[in-house]
Amino acid sequence: MGECPICAAEVEVADDAIAGELLVCEDCGAELELKNIDPVDLAEAPSAEEDWGQ
Amino acid sequence: MKIGLLHSLIRKEEKLLIEAFHKTGVEPVMIDDRKLIMDFHSAPDIDILVERSINHSRALHALRLFESAGVCCVNSHKVAQICGDKLLTTAALKDHGIAQPQSRVAFTEESALEAIEDLGYPVVLKPAVGSWGRLLSKINDRDAAETVLEHKTVLGSYHHSIFYIQQYIEKQGRDIRSFVVGDDCIAAIYRSSDHWITNTARGAQASKCEVTPEVAEISLAAAKAVGGGIVAVDLFECEQELLVNEVNYTMEFRNSIDTTGVDIPQVVANYIVGLVKK
Repeated sequence: MGECPICAAEVEVADDAIAGELLVCEDCGAELELKNIDPVDLAEAPSAEEDWGQ
Repeated sequence: MKIGLLHSLIRKEEKLLIEAFHKTGVEPVMIDDRKLIMDFHSAPDIDILVERSINHSRALHALRLFESAGVCCVNSHKVAQICGDKLLTTAALKDHGIAQPQSRVAFTEESALEAIEDLGYPVVLKPAVGSWGRLLSKINDRDAAETVLEHKTVLGSYHHSIFYIQQYIEKQGRDIRSFVVGDDCIAAIYRSSDHWITNTARGAQASKCEVTPEVAEISLAAAKAVGGGIVAVDLFECEQELLVNEVNYTMEFRNSIDTTGVDIPQVVANYIVGLVKK
């Protein structure tokens, strides 16, 4: 479990989670990045930039 | 076997690829582009680099430096360069005689307006570099053309004044995205929407599309035209033929696995492992 940096809700982190993975807070809907697994460290994911995606 | 995976954020696609590599017995070497420092001479100790960065500009430059250090990259810098720029994609497709919508390029408001009028309304104005359907403008008349061109010139950064103008294709609410891995067109989906933009990132619905000989043929030809590898090809269905709209070099496939019944990440992982073993 980690804490959402936006709304402070508990966020479940799966056993097979990977550092850098995108997660969504079920409470506030914020997109989060799992910065570290042990200990769990969640940060608000960066906003989409102009050259993102395909 | 050391397979490097260049990434930024780990999206569902990257996670599925990592799982697929695990099934082949490979633990990928994770290379976060946000932490990467390169010195123009060396690169991390890997046999091959799989590019999965979310940022086009980071991917483009990192690939060039990895290749310069002697690392084989999938996709290559050349493929990223061509696919990442619609102008270069159009030129490559033209060089290989592949059917595509008519398009024009202009560098000033005045010449862009002339090009639009020459092509005939409606047209689609696209940033040469961009994705997820962002900043696409469907221009239906001269008033709209003048407005959008002025806004782009005044408000946009300099690369928005490279005006890439494409003939609007009436696609009956859908297009096709096909997936090419090496010499095979492995799957395809329809992307359907009530909106004229049919990117799934913009809410279009994915459904299975049969890989007909026609879809396979033009998809493989488009992939070859941009340099081959692992690409997703966007196709328009016209009355007489299929047209290639775009080719994507860091393809997203999360909505296409269940839809097509094809384990796309596993096919990709197996292909890359095969390249290393060659």
